[in-house]
Amino acid sequence: MNKKTIALRCVKAAFIGLVLLLLYAPILLLAVYSFINTDVIGTGGGFTFDHYKDLFGDEQVMTMIGNTVGLAFASAALSTVLGTLGAIGMYYSKKRVKTAMGAVSRIPIINAEIVTALSLAILFVTFGMPKSYFTLLMGHMVICTPFVILSVMPKLKQMDNSLYEAALDLGASPAQALFKVILPQIVPGIISGFMLAITLSLDDYIVTVYTRPTGFDTISTYVFNATIRGNAHTAETLSSFWALTTIIFLIILIVAVSANLAGRKKEANK
Amino acid sequence: MRLRFSRKMLGIPYAVFLVFFVLLPMLVILFYAFTDKEMHLSFGNFIQFFSDPTKLSTIVYSLVIALITTAVCLAIAYPVAYILARSKMKKKFILLLLFVTPMWINFVLRINAIRELLSWVGLLGEANYFNTIFGMVYDFLPFMILPLYTTLLKIDESLYEASADLGAGGMTTFTRVTVPLSMPGIMSGITMVFLPSMTNYVVSDMLGNSKVTIIGKFIYEYFGTNWHMGSMVALILLIVVFLSTWLTGGFKEDETVRGANL
Repeated sequence: MNKKTIALRCVKAAFIGLVLLLLYAPILLLAVYSFINTDVIGTGGGFTFDHYKDLFGDEQVMTMIGNTVGLAFASAALSTVLGTLGAIGMYYSKKRVKTAMGAVSRIPIINAEIVTALSLAILFVTFGMPKSYFTLLMGHMVICTPFVILSVMPKLKQMDNSLYEAALDLGASPAQALFKVILPQIVPGIISGFMLAITLSLDDYIVTVYTRPTGFDTISTYVFNATIRGNAHTAETLSSFWALTTIIFLIILIVAVSANLAGRKKEANK
Repeated sequence: MRLRFSRKMLGIPYAVFLVFFVLLPMLVILFYAFTDKEMHLSFGNFIQFFSDPTKLSTIVYSLVIALITTAVCLAIAYPVAYILARSKMKKKFILLLLFVTPMWINFVLRINAIRELLSWVGLLGEANYFNTIFGMVYDFLPFMILPLYTTLLKIDESLYEASADLGAGGMTTFTRVTVPLSMPGIMSGITMVFLPSMTNYVVSDMLGNSKVTIIGKFIYEYFGTNWHMGSMVALILLIVVFLSTWLTGGFKEDETVRGANL
């Protein structure tokens, strides 16, 4: 290896490292300060768990975290069922139906979130539906389900079609063939669609604001209001968000690492 | 006669869902955009909006912010995606994962983290436009990296070798082979970043000290006062999205969005 390639390698590594540093700097800053006894980043203080105590001691904060997680699981579960059935139905429909449904299904993906949110809010008011948990759930399903379709569709395309026919020939009913032959083959797509739906729902701010019932807060709406209209909230609340960010980051790291390990085990088994 | 089960039928609930919660809302927007407060057919919303100089200057500002954000994202993401895609590392998948992981932290908490960082270095409230663009680049960068990485990975290594064998230098190979072949990724990355940077007002509100207004914020402001105007702005955004998606062929392809198939 000559000097030039080594230098080029160093430049590449340095660039990647620098961008990663930039991406992680804000999160690591909060992670460090979540253990320091101060409410202002940059000022000193000793080691403490106070921010974590504040976080778990705040009833309002605990409620909104529960709301966020509950909504994410409910909308992800419903989206996954609707989307998986939808993908199977689309896959076996006539080409025209398939294309039309595919195109409409892409609208929430490509659309600006604010447009989706406004259109839903006006729809609900126009048809006399007061904002409730139902409208919120529908809003989240509109942004999640198309991604379930996107995850399941490729698995259907990879599937061997003759297996379904074989199952029917061997005396299985269409429903049995569906559950015992088609579903097992698309499970990876269903799981990744479900995970994606969860992250989308957890992440959402805009659609939530336009479809939620009054008094219902998620992490996104609560943190946004606390930072922008900070007067109603104390410095303790704001610094307890450092602890919340750190906990969420750790959970994501654990999930990412264990998913990766599970994937490697599967590879090894092959 | 008993209705026979067919696999097609499984799609019916989703078809109904799409009609009621995707198509119908779009029609409602269309209806409100072209009517006035007495529900008469009217183009007044458009005329009123486009003859307001303060609105027009906000649109220009918003477009400039979106353009700069997109350009900076592309300038950072292209080298990252290129280096990762051509790397011979066995575990490069983990590196890619490292770039995507921050995206899975709640979006508002992420922006709040940037806010704390900016406040620590003393920029919060001092450089509102810079802060907004910084936050948007931070937030939307993975949307640019993923499609670029996917297309760059598909380029056959032998094409680079062929280009070198035929006497092209590194730069020529890059501009004549790499860039043209990665065009689909570039286009899809640009649409995935440009649109939210025009419309996602959470970033500009939280980092721009509420002094930076972008197009998406109009919709928020009109929602409380005038649905007709709000729908009109939404309709314009909708048309922009449709044109750009149609031009880049996005209605057909199943590309990797938001790490869907990671």
